Amino acid sequence: MPKLVVKNLRKLFGTFEAVKDVGFQVEEKETLCLLGPSGCGKTTTLRIIAGLEVPTSGQVFVDGVLVNDVPPQKRQIGLVFQDYAIFPHLSVFENIAYGLRVRKMPEAQLRTKVHDTASLIGVDNILDVPGRKLGLSEMQRVAIGRSIVLDPKLLLLDEPLSNIDAKARERMRAELGKLQKEIGIATVYVTHDQLEAMTLADRIAVMRNGLIEQIGTTSEIYDNPRTLFVGNFIGSPSMNLIDCELVYSEERAILKSGDFALDVTEFAETLRAKSKGRELVLGVRPEDVSVHVRKTDEEAMECEVQLVEPIGARSIYHLKIGRLAVLAKGYAMPEVDVGSKLWTTFNKHKLHVFDKKTEEAIV
Amino acid sequence: MVGVRLANISKKAGKRQILKNVTLEVTDKELFAIAGPPGAGKTTLLKIIAGLIAPDEGQVYIGDQMVNTVPPGDRDVGMVFEVPPIYPNRTGFQNIAFPLEIKKMNNDQVKERVEEVGELLQITHLLERKPATYSGGELQRVALARVLVRKPRVLLLDEPLKNLDAKIRETTRVELKRLQREFGITMIFSTHDEVEATAVGDRIGVINEGVVEQIGGPQELYSSPRSVFVARFIGSPTMNLTECALKQMGEKWVLDASDFNVDMTRRAHQIESEAMSQELLLGLRPEDIVLVDSPANSRCFEAQVELTQNFGDERVVTISVGKVSLNCLTGKERVFTYGQKVYVKLKEEKAYVFHRGTGIAVARSTN
Repeated sequence: MPKLVVKNLRKLFGTFEAVKDVGFQVEEKETLCLLGPSGCGKTTTLRIIAGLEVPTSGQVFVDGVLVNDVPPQKRQIGLVFQDYAIFPHLSVFENIAYGLRVRKMPEAQLRTKVHDTASLIGVDNILDVPGRKLGLSEMQRVAIGRSIVLDPKLLLLDEPLSNIDAKARERMRAELGKLQKEIGIATVYVTHDQLEAMTLADRIAVMRNGLIEQIGTTSEIYDNPRTLFVGNFIGSPSMNLIDCELVYSEERAILKSGDFALDVTEFAETLRAKSKGRELVLGVRPEDVSVHVRKTDEEAMECEVQLVEPIGARSIYHLKIGRLAVLAKGYAMPEVDVGSKLWTTFNKHKLHVFDKKTEEAIV
Repeated sequence: MVGVRLANISKKAGKRQILKNVTLEVTDKELFAIAGPPGAGKTTLLKIIAGLIAPDEGQVYIGDQMVNTVPPGDRDVGMVFEVPPIYPNRTGFQNIAFPLEIKKMNNDQVKERVEEVGELLQITHLLERKPATYSGGELQRVALARVLVRKPRVLLLDEPLKNLDAKIRETTRVELKRLQREFGITMIFSTHDEVEATAVGDRIGVINEGVVEQIGGPQELYSSPRSVFVARFIGSPTMNLTECALKQMGEKWVLDASDFNVDMTRRAHQIESEAMSQELLLGLRPEDIVLVDSPANSRCFEAQVELTQNFGDERVVTISVGKVSLNCLTGKERVFTYGQKVYVKLKEEKAYVFHRGTGIAVARSTN
């Protein structure tokens, strides 16, 4: 049985429809990430699940039980906030024990419970340390510990890594990933950071304007985006999107955009069946655009480097193919600089084609 | 020539040493990044250049002039703050025109300047609107316009990308680089994000606890970090660092990390003789650790998969070898599962070695 079922959720704030028709399930031990730009309805959805907002319509089931009318504290849901909300004056032990004390658990039982939780989350050696002396990563652990000590059926995390600097975030992300595996509780995770979603989630629900645009495993979302928005939102740097049309010349099918032309005869059948001469958008991820110093391929296109962004072992190349701007990501080539003339090819097996009007994927 | 030169700058706040003997030179029309973790002294350094804080020791030069005693308003330096002080009750135009009005410039000239800057920054649609209607990125651009309208010789930006959404940050970062090229201005910006620093900066000064650890181009900092701090700070995922000792095994010199070792025979000359007696740190970049299904040669060793993180185009796999955890970067074609047994092949020629105590690099990777 799924740990969480959300059905036809809708939420109006005045006349503004923050959540339009959202539905999904979270299975046992699964982490589902609600991902989208600010204002997409992800946090409102989370707050409705937690019971902090009342939905205008729709149902929330936790472990098979309808909880619409159950108050937040009785829903058996653990909620971890952005700022962790650790009591600074209480020790780690008392922070974790807090919820149990509120529930008036007998002392002996409480001690066992807190110690078990502390060892699971790896804070059993700092139980006496006061909250104000904790480092970030310890605070994260204690905040999660304080939730899971109550044996929740479901854990909700609201942008837990958003206030942390880049370097620490990388470490905390990995720690959170390991912790999730060890705890094994069904989790809903809210973030606007696609990398966080990709690295921490089993499945991602990409949201826009109060609706889920696509829900799927991280690989599905990345490799087969169903809409232009999803293709563009996932991945860093963003997918190249090129407005173009399908034309035929000498029995070859060609995607054409000004001077730019790409032979897509291999996919002509699918394109023809689904597109019928409509305006199209070609999508290609920067890592699927390769650059070479020499012309190695018959179809290689000449291009000029406009800008280089070195990022460790890789570089992002801002290219101009004629008048078309394209991003490529690949190994750093020290000899390449602004103004260099290079040759570029697109990986044909990784192309995406969207319908410009409906924004839906065709290929 | 309008470079910026800092000579032996030190600054204390109470008992805390915020900057210690900072010396650096930014050349004319250079885009220079000051990168370091929060609290490293980045903002203080920018404020000293702007003249908003006086250093306890050292000199600040702008162009050929020593400006220690020149008030901020006369330095021809523009500074954009992390949280830009924009007047909420004025329109974009009024906000941008403000510094010119203080200078009592006539109305026609003000209009011309504001519109010129507005077009360059592509914010003409914001000029009649008030700040409450701007997005984070738009607010940043209006703040930037207000500084650029004065035509400063040097532009300072304090964490210009910090408060933006991840996706917007990516495009703004490119915009910043384009702008600097178009304006042909000397620009210094601070950031805590190493990706931003290397992607945008021509050169980067890495600063830690008030001390400049290393100055160099993006590639140089990545492939030849001079200290453990720089090695750890630059590069994502972070370089793996593990304790090791240099030992002689028969004919070979190896770096022994208890559960595995790295053959250093061909590079033994790089490690000074005194390193023998010292405690060392072995550094391995995630892309230099290759995972294979079967032991390809005798140098391969066994490991267990602890965690995998999908980055979309690639995957970061955390493996454990005895007590050591290592992050490896792999292609996305291969799928790894929790607890799976794998074999590890190291690109041994790419290993870095640091002194454990001082953190100074003793041997650098050979490329």
